[in-house]
Amino acid sequence: MLGNSVLVEIKNLRTYFHLPEGTVRAVDGVDLTVRRGHTLGVVGESGCGKSVTALSLLRLVPSPGRIEGGEILFYRTVEEAGASSALTDVIDLAKLEPNGREMRSIRGNQISMVFQEPMSALIPVRTVGSQITEVITLHQKVSEAEAREIAADMLARVRLPKPRQALDDYPFQLSGGMRQRAVIAMALCCRPKLLIADEPTTALDVTTEAQILDLMRELQKEFGMAIMYITHNLGVIAEMAEMVAVMYLGKVVELTDVRTLFMSPLHPYTRALLKSIPQLTDAVTRGGKKPRLQTIEGMVPDPYSVLPGCTFHPRCPERIPDVCDRVEPGVSEVAPGHSVKCHLYSSP
Amino acid sequence: MPEPTHHGEPLLEVKNLVKHFPIRRGFLRRVVGYVRAVDGVSFHVMEGETLGLVGESGCGKTTAGRSILRAIQPTSGEVWFRDPVLGRVDVTKLGRDQLRQVWRNMRVIFQDPYASLSPRMTLLDIVGAPLRAMGLAKGKELEDRVAEMLELVGLRPEYMRRYPHAFSGGQRQRIGLARALAPNPKFVICDEPVSALDVSVQAQILNLLEDLQEKMGLTYLFVAHDLSVVAHISDRVAVMYVGKIVEMAPTAELFLSPRHPYTEALMSAIPRPDPRPREKRILLTGEVANPANPPSGCYFHPRCAYVQDVCAKEEPPLEEISPGHWVKCHLARELQLTGAVQV
Repeated sequence: MLGNSVLVEIKNLRTYFHLPEGTVRAVDGVDLTVRRGHTLGVVGESGCGKSVTALSLLRLVPSPGRIEGGEILFYRTVEEAGASSALTDVIDLAKLEPNGREMRSIRGNQISMVFQEPMSALIPVRTVGSQITEVITLHQKVSEAEAREIAADMLARVRLPKPRQALDDYPFQLSGGMRQRAVIAMALCCRPKLLIADEPTTALDVTTEAQILDLMRELQKEFGMAIMYITHNLGVIAEMAEMVAVMYLGKVVELTDVRTLFMSPLHPYTRALLKSIPQLTDAVTRGGKKPRLQTIEGMVPDPYSVLPGCTFHPRCPERIPDVCDRVEPGVSEVAPGHSVKCHLYSSP
Repeated sequence: MPEPTHHGEPLLEVKNLVKHFPIRRGFLRRVVGYVRAVDGVSFHVMEGETLGLVGESGCGKTTAGRSILRAIQPTSGEVWFRDPVLGRVDVTKLGRDQLRQVWRNMRVIFQDPYASLSPRMTLLDIVGAPLRAMGLAKGKELEDRVAEMLELVGLRPEYMRRYPHAFSGGQRQRIGLARALAPNPKFVICDEPVSALDVSVQAQILNLLEDLQEKMGLTYLFVAHDLSVVAHISDRVAVMYVGKIVEMAPTAELFLSPRHPYTEALMSAIPRPDPRPREKRILLTGEVANPANPPSGCYFHPRCAYVQDVCAKEEPPLEEISPGHWVKCHLARELQLTGAVQV
């Protein structure tokens, strides 16, 4: 099943934040697989641990957060890894020193990231060009002038108008959409194998968002990179992802291909989430009476609490008394490539 | 100029509203130009109706809302509001005392539930503030009213002595709603009330807004950028682009058969929660026009896929091409555009 196409395999990852108020289990036993050249969508509401999962992968978890356990296996081919005798080289990112040489040579090079807010991802007092060339000279053996050429070429590929001129612009001189293009150029200039995109279009307008999503799909085709796309927007997930992981309170509750997710979701949380988004078709074809939106009762519990059983049980409309509030459900594979963490689907 | 097409009288009529912000430069702070944030906007809202106002950031939708409330003084234009006490008045011309009276009936809820509540005031102070300021209630009566309001928006009255930090984003938005509704208003401007919330919480607040509208007979001006949310809650929708309304129509009609190329592009851009392949998407090129230095003719012409020579020369008027459907485009009668939903 796995074979050579696997790029990153996350196994039972746990990232906790030890705070004076208690321990926040931001990521609590996550298993995910990213395949080469494919897009994995990670969707969930705020606080579900989707961003911390990405930061763990890059070893950028801010203090007092720590990876408590699990593995993040990064599979590289021989040429990617450099000198290595085996056909593929496996490295556990969770075991590396966060700021050690090896992690630094991977971060921004083979795995890079695009953040939500393009203004805070760029240093305001340095030109766009100097920030991109820095990434290039850090990871590639090229001169300053060559790096500038690569940067200009990359800005042209992300369709920034007048790329050469943009090299000498400061971030504030670019619009939001242009800044995000510059950030994407910076992330791609070392031809990463994996691009982690954490809500890259959330701060943008819809027409700009459409442009950026289109651009990312095109660049993925061109560069053959894998994308881990993190968002709360199910509409964006439908457009970008091939496989989707739905997260709730630090756990993956459902994992399947994008079509199945929207056509026949299984986990009660996924189903409720999909029903709570306003549908254009309902709004337009209504005959006088507005259909009410379905809501998920209650709210996400406070992050310090440790709930027994399934973490979704207090809000779940289909909870089984004495089961869901006591026993944590295992992950059941209901169909090839479709797994659900819910008692409703566990085999007895 | 759109005149009311419904029966009955409109609660709010906005006529040719303009708000220009001066751009000052240099030592003498001389005015070197104007940002045309709102540039001649006209519409009306009927009693009990929800009018959605959509557009991308910088299109002037928030400034329009603020000018209507007269939280900022509009440059020119008229805002006629039917006040239960004062009768039909032009809000832009009112004096201080009359404005205070109008503000009892014209309220606002804001986008950011974290920034719009003072962290140092209890819920009693926050929700009670408009009642106290308007001299509507005090003492025990005030507390009773606040308790009633909190209950109305789905919060426990016992929380009255707590501070906002103890509440989640959705709960804070409920507090803001309780504050807006405390003086029992007729008209509420909802400025992106759900865009800072998670989907599941967003649905709760949208349902609450609809319930309260029915219960209290409220009229909403719903300002937002999310077209699915606007389509869900609005009876009619107005689309703004660079300070002007480019299209306005009943919700179903607008989404089924838009007549302005910008509306078509905006609808085409919405990410749809449906993975099936869809019709060809219209990708706009370029950027939103600069409201300080807008293009000639139709402001949308540099990005428009259907542009003609006339578009760069003449600004099209906002015309009613079928009952209640207003379009500001030279080609409105000729183009066959694709809606957000095909039937």
